[in-house]
Amino acid sequence: MKGWQQYWRQLLLFGLLSLALTGCGREELSALRPSGPVAAMQFDLMKLSFSIMIGVFIVVMLIFTYVLIRYRKRPGQQGIPKQVEGNHALEILWTVIPFLLLIVMAVPTVTTGFELHKKYSPEEAIQVRVTAHQYWWEFEYPDLGVATAQDLVMPVGKKVQFTLTAADVKHAFWIPALGGKIDTNPGLENELWLQADKTGIFYGKCAELCGASHALMDFKVEVMEQADFDAWTAKMKGVQAAEPVAATSQVAQQGEELFNKSCLGCHAIAGKGGKLGPNLTNFADRERVAGILANTPENVAEWLKDPQKVKPANNMPNLNLDETQVNALVEYMSTLSVEDKK
Amino acid sequence: MATHHAHAVLPDEPEKATLEGKNKILGFWLFLGGETVLFGSLFATFIALRDQANGGPTSQQLFDMPLVAAATLLLLTSSMASVMAVLALHKKNLKQLQTWMTITVILGAAFLALEIYEFVHYTSMGHTMGSSAFGSAFYTLVGFHGGHVAFGICWILSVQLQTVKKGLTVVTAPKFYLACLYWHFIDVVWVFIFTVVYLMGMIGGKVG
Amino acid sequence: MSAHASHAPKRTGLWDWLTTVDHKKIGILYLIAGGIFFLAGGLEAILIRLQLVYPELNVIGAKTFNELITMHGTTMIFLAAMPIIFALMNAVVPLQIGARDVAFPFLNSLGFWLFFFGGVLLNTSWFMGGAPDAGWTSYATLSLNQYSGSGVDFYVLGLQIAGLGTLIGGINFLVTIINMRAPGMTFMRMPIFTWASFITSGLILFAFPAITVGLVLLMFDRLFGGNFFNPDAGGNVIIWEHLFWIFGHPEVYILILPAFGIISEVVSTFSRKRLFGYSSMVFATALIGFLGFMVWAHHMFTTGLGAIANTLFGLATMLIAVPTGIKIFNWLLTMWGGQIRFTTANLFAVGFIPTFTIGGMTGIMLAVPPADYQYHDSYFVVAHFHYVIVGGLVFGLFAGLYYWWPKMFGKMLNETIGKWNFWTFFIGFHLTFFPQHFLGLMGMPRRVYTYLAGQGLEVGNFISSIGVIGMTLGTILFIVNGFVAAKSTQKAPADPWDARTLEWSIPSPPPEYNFAQTPLVRGLDALWVEKMAGNKGMTPAEPLGSIHMPSPSILPFLMSVALFVAGYGFMFHNYWLVGLGMAVNFGCMLARSLKDDPGYHIEPEEIEGKGVKA
Repeated sequence: MKGWQQYWRQLLLFGLLSLALTGCGREELSALRPSGPVAAMQFDLMKLSFSIMIGVFIVVMLIFTYVLIRYRKRPGQQGIPKQVEGNHALEILWTVIPFLLLIVMAVPTVTTGFELHKKYSPEEAIQVRVTAHQYWWEFEYPDLGVATAQDLVMPVGKKVQFTLTAADVKHAFWIPALGGKIDTNPGLENELWLQADKTGIFYGKCAELCGASHALMDFKVEVMEQADFDAWTAKMKGVQAAEPVAATSQVAQQGEELFNKSCLGCHAIAGKGGKLGPNLTNFADRERVAGILANTPENVAEWLKDPQKVKPANNMPNLNLDETQVNALVEYMSTLSVEDKK
Repeated sequence: MATHHAHAVLPDEPEKATLEGKNKILGFWLFLGGETVLFGSLFATFIALRDQANGGPTSQQLFDMPLVAAATLLLLTSSMASVMAVLALHKKNLKQLQTWMTITVILGAAFLALEIYEFVHYTSMGHTMGSSAFGSAFYTLVGFHGGHVAFGICWILSVQLQTVKKGLTVVTAPKFYLACLYWHFIDVVWVFIFTVVYLMGMIGGKVG
Repeated sequence: MSAHASHAPKRTGLWDWLTTVDHKKIGILYLIAGGIFFLAGGLEAILIRLQLVYPELNVIGAKTFNELITMHGTTMIFLAAMPIIFALMNAVVPLQIGARDVAFPFLNSLGFWLFFFGGVLLNTSWFMGGAPDAGWTSYATLSLNQYSGSGVDFYVLGLQIAGLGTLIGGINFLVTIINMRAPGMTFMRMPIFTWASFITSGLILFAFPAITVGLVLLMFDRLFGGNFFNPDAGGNVIIWEHLFWIFGHPEVYILILPAFGIISEVVSTFSRKRLFGYSSMVFATALIGFLGFMVWAHHMFTTGLGAIANTLFGLATMLIAVPTGIKIFNWLLTMWGGQIRFTTANLFAVGFIPTFTIGGMTGIMLAVPPADYQYHDSYFVVAHFHYVIVGGLVFGLFAGLYYWWPKMFGKMLNETIGKWNFWTFFIGFHLTFFPQHFLGLMGMPRRVYTYLAGQGLEVGNFISSIGVIGMTLGTILFIVNGFVAAKSTQKAPADPWDARTLEWSIPSPPPEYNFAQTPLVRGLDALWVEKMAGNKGMTPAEPLGSIHMPSPSILPFLMSVALFVAGYGFMFHNYWLVGLGMAVNFGCMLARSLKDDPGYHIEPEEIEGKGVKA
């Protein structure tokens, strides 16, 4: 009865697993819960190819099970089975049918493929330039005069045309709920368009091994109504065209001085500062610190105290700040906002 | 089990007279198939990078027709000498065989000398392995070929020397035959290098 | 016939193993070395799953994790799977075609030692500044000096040396199969495992030079100031990807085709039927091998090659489903109408069919480029290739080892332990890798050393890590089984499975000359043909006579050690070491060329049990 045993164990196993994995993952993250046309087209292709494949699998398993039960050697069985050389009709059948199934898959593969590779002009889509760094994401909106990092901001229902490259090693830009990924190649540029049909937060990932903290190279996508997006870009543009606004509280002022001295070389705020690290103009509006920790004062402090502990091998050195310096910086950074929500 | 002896009469096409000889020749042809992929990959890399001079000297500035033509002539002639050597082998004429092989080696060595001169010259012009992607691709492709030539020279010499002692037998005959096969392969690769690297390089980016 | 030399040189113990040119012993060496590397790669896998059992763990750290995944992939592919395939090819192919040895016994030994020392070189990185950490694919620019440790140097040189060994092995088997077949063994009478080995060897020949070039370019960039992959000096990172996958995709078929061959042999023997659709199996194998070279860019759909290239490579990839489907249905129909015996070997073969079918299904799903943009570099891909490589190849290797163990060692593996081995490994395997399909689709990229809590990835990862226990147990049981068999005093008969092909017509293990008299082959399944004709064994094709054997040699071992030493020289820019290694290497080559190997003869009176009877 080995055949039955094996079949049932397998079925049981798969059943249990699918139960355990009920649901299709988090809406913010899962490719199985598409929130935009690109992800939806891809999901349709997944469903089509999966259905065809599961059909084939069922046929194989039916024959498999039948054969294992019916033709197992019985005790005392005599004689030699008929030595069959082959069967042309059958062999043609299982050559032709898979071929036809493949054609069914091939047609939408081709059409969707070309659909996804369209390039949209500035009139049709918002242009965003993505530069991947170890281990953070830089987003520039050249037509809007806005630059940000880590949190990608998109209007709902509008196409976004990305141009992507990498500053150091190869990364891959992936927002599963909005659509499939594309690599960011150092020295080369790639194109990708996406669109979000729901407002809210989506999670983005780096999908190509890029060093020690590859796993932590997350980013967030904030999808907002068009009006909010326009307001956001207007404010960002205004702020980034000007000098940083002076801090108000005393602690924040200390923080500002410290920031200007130690941080501005790499990090820009408003219209000032370097580009080696993420732009921090709207730092306080961001979902996460360093892409992974919740944006709370404690986490900002933890990051500042030892960036290498949070994200191994990232490019920010440990500045050896003391407690008061950390607090001052945390206070100052909490004022870097262009939105009104917090 | 064809275990012939050095003293026995040498059969026709002595390189294929034993199973060992046949195995070697088939194995070597297959090896050359692999070598073709190897050089194919190097050529593809070179073609992809040949315009990336990174501000250093370009192929148009570097390459010098008379020098390359001379090198080509030397190598093509040496290949012809090795054809004559195989003819001598089939005539079982060891003396002729050794003469033609010696001519092959001398011409090969002259080719190699020109190539070394060429590399030194380019280096002095600022074209090095590290100067640009073009430099890396050039030295790797042409250098790989040069390495093959150098190895071929040593190989032929070692076969020639051992044959002085062993004479022409069913054991030494396949060695000559394979060395000549190898030499032809090197020659064919050079024809491609001459075309892809030098001719296309001198004309510039307009072709290919 | 006057003998040149003499009798078999008396060599025993370690010296015998270091100098042997006997394909059967080299097969055992491949198995032991490959087995040890398999355990190392398995240990690495256990640590990987340990790190991922819960979210946000930091058991081994990010950098070590990257070293582990790199070494796990590299070790399993190059140092475990390939050598164990070579172990079976060495042990079986010459016997299946009725040959006394391979075409190039000396090169056979050289191939093994090069692989072995390449593997050792790569693994010494753990103790010399850290293992390579840029992934087994070592994509530039991550694999360049600025972004990764010295481990990648070990990767470059270790794989270069090991790859040379594999290439030599491939050529050897091609020539062996073309030139050394027994009388009557036409191509279309060759056992299907020999066919698979033949096509695999062809793939090795044409695929490995591409990685050789890739590794040379990477070596020049890392060690000698080259600029192939440095975008700042005009280099292009995509060249590496092309070279790697022009090799890498055929490599996948290099691995799986022999498994197809094994499954075909095992299913046919234990169904007591000839293989259904033999000629279509041969055709399908060749077609898969051919198409395998046309599809490398499906590993690069997200690289940005454009819609046209992606679509063409996607469609070409889908085509491979047709010959693969042919194979699956042929196996099913081979069992149809048979008398199926569920020995351990056959359990693995039978378990292979649904498992590999799943791997093939996800493979076709991956061939759809727009959908692949979602799957690519996610855990979906990890699940897919483990279904193909573990569920396909490793199941096949287990089947082959249980099947041919008596022929290799003259002892039977224990069937009870074997069945436990199968079930623990089978269940553990599915537990580990089935959930990973979902993890990928739910947004988990591959090669992440951890994942954040609250993203819906906990359950799948936990189940996946638990499954490792089953696979570990299965592997341990196999080793136990090997030792139990070694201790056992019971000798295996020549033909324990009532099998069909030539290797079962000679004693287990075979004498060093394999066949006292070269057999005459009168059909497909040569031994079965004789059995059905009522003969006790093969009909000899030649009278009993003196058998010429090649001499053992230490040179292959020395050459490999020399390249191993030169490898360190390159890495540490110590040109004395390079010079020494190269000098010894070329010296050995010269010595081999100058000194003819007269071999030795085994005279008829020394041949036990005259004839080729079982």
